[in-house]
Amino acid sequence: MTTQTAVGSRYRLFLERFPVRRFVLVLLALVIAYGGAAGSIATLRAGRFTGEVWANLFISGVARGSVYAIIALGYTLVYGILFIINFAHGEVFMAGAYTAYFVAVGLASNGMLESHPIVSIAILFVISSLVSMGVAILLERIAYRPLRGAPRLVPLITAIGASLFLQYTFRGFYGANARAYPTIPAIQGTWNIGKLNIDFLNIHLNGYPFQKVHVISILGAVALWLILFWIVERTRVGREMRAVGEDREIAALMGVDVNRTIVFTFGIGGALAGAAGILYVFLFNQVIFTMGFFPGLKAFTAAVLGGIGSITGAALGGLILGILETVGPNLFLDGAGVPSPNQLIPIVAFGILVLVLIFLPGGFLGAPDDKNRA
Amino acid sequence: MKFKNYRGLLALLMVLALVAAACGSGSSDTTAGSSETTAGSSDTTAGSTDTTAPSSDTTAAAGAPEVCASDAFGCVEVAAGDPIKIGSLLVTTGPNSSLGLDSQYGIELALDYADGTFDDTNITIQGHDVVLVPEDDGCSAEGGTAGANKLAADTQIVAVIGTSCSSAALGTADKILGDKGVTLISPSNTSPALTAEATHNPFYYRTAHNDTLQGAAVAEFAYTFKGIKTAATIHDGSPYAEGLANAFAASFEALGGTITSQDAIQVGDTDFSGVLASIQAESPELLYFPIFVGEGSLLVQQAKTTLGDSVVLTGSDGLWSDDFYAAAGDGVFLSGPDVSAFAGDAALYKDIFLPRYAEKYGSEPLSAFHAHAWDAANIVLGAIEAVAVDSGGTLYIPRTGLRDAIAATNGYTGITGTLSCNANGDCQPSATIAVFEIVGGQQAADPVFSVVKSLE
Repeated sequence: MTTQTAVGSRYRLFLERFPVRRFVLVLLALVIAYGGAAGSIATLRAGRFTGEVWANLFISGVARGSVYAIIALGYTLVYGILFIINFAHGEVFMAGAYTAYFVAVGLASNGMLESHPIVSIAILFVISSLVSMGVAILLERIAYRPLRGAPRLVPLITAIGASLFLQYTFRGFYGANARAYPTIPAIQGTWNIGKLNIDFLNIHLNGYPFQKVHVISILGAVALWLILFWIVERTRVGREMRAVGEDREIAALMGVDVNRTIVFTFGIGGALAGAAGILYVFLFNQVIFTMGFFPGLKAFTAAVLGGIGSITGAALGGLILGILETVGPNLFLDGAGVPSPNQLIPIVAFGILVLVLIFLPGGFLGAPDDKNRA
Repeated sequence: MKFKNYRGLLALLMVLALVAAACGSGSSDTTAGSSETTAGSSDTTAGSTDTTAPSSDTTAAAGAPEVCASDAFGCVEVAAGDPIKIGSLLVTTGPNSSLGLDSQYGIELALDYADGTFDDTNITIQGHDVVLVPEDDGCSAEGGTAGANKLAADTQIVAVIGTSCSSAALGTADKILGDKGVTLISPSNTSPALTAEATHNPFYYRTAHNDTLQGAAVAEFAYTFKGIKTAATIHDGSPYAEGLANAFAASFEALGGTITSQDAIQVGDTDFSGVLASIQAESPELLYFPIFVGEGSLLVQQAKTTLGDSVVLTGSDGLWSDDFYAAAGDGVFLSGPDVSAFAGDAALYKDIFLPRYAEKYGSEPLSAFHAHAWDAANIVLGAIEAVAVDSGGTLYIPRTGLRDAIAATNGYTGITGTLSCNANGDCQPSATIAVFEIVGGQQAADPVFSVVKSLE
């Protein structure tokens, strides 16, 4: 950006060339990093937390991150082909989980949840995904399609409006109370994973008691991610999605039905959000009409952290954010003597986000030069 | 254009981060407006505010009576044929709606029964119907501000019964309404700060107990009754939760116990593994979490799996709701007013109030403060009857005079006990605080522990 002055004092040249902004940012980053490191060392020195506690926090962070990751896929897919941020995505997630609550209550009252847990859970996943998919497709049809050619900020503001509209629509449908999901006995308790006894080699591992819900959430998220990856990379419709993301006009000229592709993208993002809703319910067991706001915000953050538009990036960002949120406050702040560090979860999460974006403006796996590749 | 996009994104994220942080913090500045009112009104109140005949029956010529000119905030003028409006400001939406609706039902029943019968028609005072204007306090400072502004804008509102949550009153609703000379009387606020010398608004009263009492009672339950020596607390940043957690901690340490940690969470958070790990590191025997239903339901489930069965989990009256019982399951304790043994008119409560409540609203009481609301409504009605002056068909109700009449409440027998208002707005000089256990997905009718605590 510097304009070369033909004649100028050396001092002025230095001033022009010296990247003040970058210098300040790097300094800020160093301060944050130093604070984090100092806090961590102090925490580990104090030794308040046993290794088992860290393991617990880490695993619950991974489980939480898995849910963020799957919601983040919806943001990333839509951004990848339309370059808009669908801020109502959190409510798409809420719609599925909340609707499935009533199905779960029905299944619980006739004993299905206890006698056929696998079938019941499959039913919940299908219902939740279908509802979320429907909401996402309607959203695209009503709120975004008419604004296809508008400046980028317009759909963003529309999305915020749609988000509130959906929240209060569902409040009207289902009431304003927080509702506790019926518990599924089959997924309560722990699995002891990693038990190993090989006598003649004298190896005796006791294993680790993983909470079933954590394991299911993580595996479920991995499965969903793999399905999506396969769709995008290996199917015709996935190829069309990538083509539309690359260049909408050329794709249309090549015979790709752009509208159909965009609807499909919203639908698949919505279905993923609905499935994530059930994973979320396994972990947190409660639904309320406002439940989409924070997970949606965090998932968006995760998508940006990983590199918006990148499917692998969304998964990576979700995991990192989840782990930071559970481990971060206790690790960075507890030893530094900050009172009630767990009130500061968002500060830790967003602090790290800023730190990453200073050095990698496109996120971990995003295109650094903003070529908008899906 | 090249890097415009991610800069915009970064800015957006920053803004969102700020919003998220702001959403979580429920702290509001607590500067109470100490608008010194010159109480220069004539003393029109008798000692007790029973339903006595109205005062001087001077049917003078039309026009405002003398008392309105001398009242610092003037009079509410109710024209002939118009109703007398009493506002309510209670949480009627969101996860804490059972707390507010329960109080609202108590008020509705009181207005109905004030003439001696339940007939679904409210009492009339000097020929004017009494109507309730309900508003929502949102259980937050923002909600309290919005609701109070709405009520304060209506000059016909005589008094307001509310709020449900201390956060909606402290420095918000109490100041907004107090600045207009509208008395706010709460059936449900328990934060000690509301009636502390420094922060009490002169137009604020409450029939709910002060949480210094509840904190002391829970400490006694833990230390003396259960023999517990170490405890941890969690609050959510709201004045109610923080005040109660601190009151408990202070009393528990005074008894000789050790507080291992005092943590806080964020409203809207769902995963408490971090804070629970921090608590577990000190292995306390009891965890006291006087928070609200949204977070409480999740916290209690995660605490059960993280801390195990050995830790005694105890919540408070902000969690008295079916949603919480369903989430918490058995073996969790909840503190609160002892509804099984109100010190007041037991026959009225058991034989008249409760059956009617069940008949009209189709359930057992939803939460803890229906009886306190009944008492608050009756105190307001008695005060209106004592100070209202009819002049040429129009009813004049002096605002400061009404406040003074409420303040003069002394030895009034309600359901919750014998009420006497002190100078700082506490009308419940002593309260029976109990600890209940959740059994079979319901709060047990009989408490496991109950004690009477008095304000010094």
